[in-house]
Amino acid sequence: MTDQQPAIRLTGLTKEFGAVTAVDHVDLEIGAGEFFSMLGPSGSGKTTVLRLIAGFEQPTDGTIELFGDDVTRRAPFDRDVNTVFQDYALFPHMNVLDNVAYGLRVRGIGKAERNERARRALASVRLEQMADRKPAQLSGGQRQRVALARATVVQPKVLLLDEPLGALDLKLREQMQVELKQIQRDLGITFIFVTHDQEEALTLSDRVAVFNNGRIEQLGTPAELYERPASRFVADFVGTSNLFDDRVSQALLGRGGVHSVRPEKMTVGAGETGAGIRNAPGTVAETIYLGSGIRLVVDLDAGVRVSVLEQNDRNRTHDEDRGDRVVVSWHDDDVIALGGADAAAPAPAA
Amino acid sequence: MRLSRLSRTMLGAVAGLILVLVYVPLLVVLVNSFSTSTSLSWPPPGFTLEWWRRAFASAGAMEAVQTSVVVALISTAIALVLGTLISFALQRFDFFGRQTVNLLVILPIALPGIITGIALNNFFRTIMGIPLSIWTVVIAHATFCIVTVFNNVIARLRRTGTKLEEASADLGAGVWTTFRLVTFPQLRSALLAGGLLAFALSFDEIIVTTFTAGSGVTTLPIFILNNMFRPSQAPIVAVIAVVLVLVSIIPIYLAQRLSGDEQQRR
Repeated sequence: MTDQQPAIRLTGLTKEFGAVTAVDHVDLEIGAGEFFSMLGPSGSGKTTVLRLIAGFEQPTDGTIELFGDDVTRRAPFDRDVNTVFQDYALFPHMNVLDNVAYGLRVRGIGKAERNERARRALASVRLEQMADRKPAQLSGGQRQRVALARATVVQPKVLLLDEPLGALDLKLREQMQVELKQIQRDLGITFIFVTHDQEEALTLSDRVAVFNNGRIEQLGTPAELYERPASRFVADFVGTSNLFDDRVSQALLGRGGVHSVRPEKMTVGAGETGAGIRNAPGTVAETIYLGSGIRLVVDLDAGVRVSVLEQNDRNRTHDEDRGDRVVVSWHDDDVIALGGADAAAPAPAA
Repeated sequence: MRLSRLSRTMLGAVAGLILVLVYVPLLVVLVNSFSTSTSLSWPPPGFTLEWWRRAFASAGAMEAVQTSVVVALISTAIALVLGTLISFALQRFDFFGRQTVNLLVILPIALPGIITGIALNNFFRTIMGIPLSIWTVVIAHATFCIVTVFNNVIARLRRTGTKLEEASADLGAGVWTTFRLVTFPQLRSALLAGGLLAFALSFDEIIVTTFTAGSGVTTLPIFILNNMFRPSQAPIVAVIAVVLVLVSIIPIYLAQRLSGDEQQRR
């Protein structure tokens, strides 16, 4: 085990359930200490990859290495990875302390020491007062933190998190996101985080793999995924995109292929001048007030509906109304090329 | 549900009548066990504890109690082990004929006792060549005791799923440790409920017992049947009947409270 070895290396990993290929020849290396997210819609294979790494499922083909060790055929209890489950899977008949101490107990660590270590783990998630409670007496956020303490107290090399924030309300989610990031930095271990929430993935991760149909569609830093999506799927799934198909691209950009422009890179006004500026006239279809910003949905005369995000700052002087004639402007540098003309009509941006 | 005043009164009356029909005869037995009349004449001319004293002094009755307890305990123990194993096999593994096996396991409780009795009698004596004894009774009782354990355990397994076992394995526990620390505690109340029901079923079973008991093996229900028409023994039979009712009701009451508690907690 050296530092040069990746924490996880997947080679040709494939999992078939009957006729369905859930994971299709995935190759992936995840570095030690990385906060890595697997992002994708449900059924994209991201959770299956996680369960394969944990050992709950056996791959049809391919190998899984953990710091250079081939663990493909090892049982879950024989792998140095731990999981925080989506619904936490706390043991209902044990109190919080016994839940957290469980991993130490089955490793044969004496009661005094394991309780001491479990208490420290509970303190790190600020739940030391809850040690004697049963899981049923805790709130969702507290259960989430117990699950985290239970999985980290055994000091795994890699921590797997299966949509751990999915059951929490928005405020709590945002709070837990910050906490997760902090815990990961403190422990210095690799986190592999599965989520279908693109914002969560972008916020938390060092790198993100976008999954689609059992394959990795794109792998990169959050900025790379957002600024340079490699495919139409990624452009659409990560953030909001205004997609121009071949015909619209010809009309607006003067070249073929599929392109996209992010809503915040566009402005609405009377038109701008300058090198690389593109102007397109259209009619305002909808204005949505977001507080910090305003989202304008504009039907361009070129035959595409775009979404424009305007900052609600002091430069904003007047409000557009539905039906107003406007000009949408953007810079050529902000146009992302998404390859050939094979894509169908663009999805309406909203 | 909204009901008119009349239909509510009618429903109440019918329900009351049924309860009276079921429980008054039992009450009569209880009263008779204290009656001074040996012919169980009604109303009882007086009350005495004599029959209770005699019943507890009767060697035959005490032996019958002992036999019934032994049979019920052993067949319940067999049912707990086998019923749990079958539940796991049918719930956690998918194999050809799973539904059929499921049906075959439950069937013994639906089969008429007399059929089970004759079939087992035949099987033991002519096919296996085993003489009837207390053990043949135990095996016969186990066939239907398994069902109550199986039903309780498989329902619990269905509800709890495999998440907790996965979590346990994930934290480093092997198969046996996981069973001991996670699976078994999850099943405990289901096993207790199923076991209590099995015990009660076995304790008052008479038909299958009649066909499978060796000579000299007298369970409590058989003792009652044998002594019921002996006038001198009638009040003692009443005493034993009361004991039998109590021993059967208590486990069922406990089993029901257990499953009731479970439901309320969720």
